[in-house]
Amino acid sequence: MSVANKQAICNVLMKRAKTDKDIVVLCSDSRGSGSMVDFAEKYPEQFVEVGIAEQNLVSIAAGLAACGKKAIAVSPACFLSTRSMEQIKVDVAYSRTNVMLLGISGGVSYGALGMTHHSTSDIAALGSIPGMRLYLPSDRLQAEKLTEALLEDGEPAYVRVGRNAVEDVYEEDALPFEMNKATVLREGQDLAIIACGEMVLAAKRAGQALEKQGIHAKVIDMYCVKPMDEEAVMGAARTGRIITVEEHSFYGGLGSMVCQLTAAKSPCKVVNLTLPDTPVITGSSREIFDHYGLNAEHIVRVAKRMLEK
Amino acid sequence: MNTVKDLERKACEIRMDTIKLVYTAGCGHIGGDMSETEALVALYYKYMNCNPDRADDPDRDRFILSKGHSVETLYCILADKGYFDREELMSTYCRYESRFIGHPNNKIPGVEMNSGSLGHGLPVAVGMALAGKMDRKDYRVYTVMGDGELAEGSVWEGAMAAGHYKLDNLCAIVDRNRLQISGTTEEVMSQRNLEERFMSFGWNVLSVQGNHMASIDGALAVAGESVGRPTVIIANTVKGWGVSFMEDNASWHHKVFNGEQYEQAMAELQDRRAKLL
Ligand SMILES: Cc1ncc(C[n+]2csc(CCOP(=O)(O)OP(=O)(O)O)c2C)c(N)n1
Ligand SMILES: [Mg+2]
Repeated sequence: MSVANKQAICNVLMKRAKTDKDIVVLCSDSRGSGSMVDFAEKYPEQFVEVGIAEQNLVSIAAGLAACGKKAIAVSPACFLSTRSMEQIKVDVAYSRTNVMLLGISGGVSYGALGMTHHSTSDIAALGSIPGMRLYLPSDRLQAEKLTEALLEDGEPAYVRVGRNAVEDVYEEDALPFEMNKATVLREGQDLAIIACGEMVLAAKRAGQALEKQGIHAKVIDMYCVKPMDEEAVMGAARTGRIITVEEHSFYGGLGSMVCQLTAAKSPCKVVNLTLPDTPVITGSSREIFDHYGLNAEHIVRVAKRMLEK
Repeated sequence: MNTVKDLERKACEIRMDTIKLVYTAGCGHIGGDMSETEALVALYYKYMNCNPDRADDPDRDRFILSKGHSVETLYCILADKGYFDREELMSTYCRYESRFIGHPNNKIPGVEMNSGSLGHGLPVAVGMALAGKMDRKDYRVYTVMGDGELAEGSVWEGAMAAGHYKLDNLCAIVDRNRLQISGTTEEVMSQRNLEERFMSFGWNVLSVQGNHMASIDGALAVAGESVGRPTVIIANTVKGWGVSFMEDNASWHHKVFNGEQYEQAMAELQDRRAKLL
């Protein structure tokens, strides 16, 4: 199946809002792109529209949360993460309010709309805030589980999803999900591929392709970028070679965090596949991925190169 | 190119170019392109001192498209004025490795500032206007904002600073088309008392019919006379103006034409243009 992660999250919210009247969804002229039109129509009394005002969005969400609501602030990841960073730092993370920040159309989903619309610094920006947790689910099944878990735990979190429908990574009835534990998609001892978000599918495919060539790659879905699953990273390090794959800048993302952990505890060779430290080329998100090697073919090439050395 | 009729004809041609661009590329924000056309045409073909041969003249007037999503109109105007090749724009806009991305980018000759994230244009324009005052230069600074955009607090921080520094070399235009992505501005986040709000920040406020060239033309002339106060022109426009099926219809914020719609839109504008010859 192929469903956008934001749609999967909305489905959970729709289901829960029926009985949980504390759930409040907030949008900033973003209900269409956030797949929240149905929610707004079905639960108008649990929906707040703030207009094009992302800083306001986050502070209002924090205020609602401080008075007992489970606030879900939905806005394009680019604006939500960095424009509202101060509000996230002070009103959400520092004040520990029960706000789930849902960054939609994340990474380079907006393609040719350019850097104003890309969120490739969100992990770096928000990850550096004490108390902020970051999740990048890989498919609809995981996105659903994650949303359910977040609705229960009452702590601040940022969830980033892409704009487009993504193919299932997991099987419908066999989804291994444990909160804050990475999911090992494939075991292997030659090298490890750690990916997050919608790059997990490419990592999974690369793992399959390598297997056909007799290379046993361990593939890890690090949907919980922060708190990162250290044990899983150590498991990857034991193979001696790690490739990280993410829809984020080279600095301060999944790759940087994996390097910090391995350098301190279990040094091994790590290659970070990321977007460049420049505004990306014009194109659709697919064209951008292919241009910068964020696809299964390139992961395979990099893996083979690492093994040759 | 100075009579109202000349400008009206130019606006009609720019609309046709814009529609062609969006149709060819299969993307764009056509509704807001159509509503802002008169303002941009009046600025670029009559009021602004700007010239592709001297694109970095320190004395040029500055323009910032704060509602950067409506970039197609701006690109078509800049191409028409000779800042770059129209064919390159038409054939590469938003395509793989093109220099023309879907929001203003100052790699492109004629574009002063990168925009696309709403609520930046006015404060940046304040900086440019302040620099003009510091350097005792005569250039003027213009910015066009959306009405949905006015929900951003940064707009009002900029408005306060412009009033405080008495920036009479600054003119902001609000494309008051009463629509944004999710519906009408009044449903999403009311913008009532807009005139009073700007006035209270010390602005010279003009409210005109924004798709009526003579009115926009007149307002820009008045703005140039302001002493000691920045001017805002509330341009009461119609989103999608000029094409019957797009007018005042929120779904045309960024919808793209099918072949039939494209033909009809072009036919309607050709009719209008014929009447202006
Ligand atoms: C900071 C920011 N938030 C959200 C968006 C997404 N966005 C693009 S256009 C738009 C609606 C703009 O409405 P309005 O300002 O009224 O412009 P117009 O009607 O003239 O198109 C939105 C929300 C953005 N570009 N920037
Ligand atoms: Mg509008």
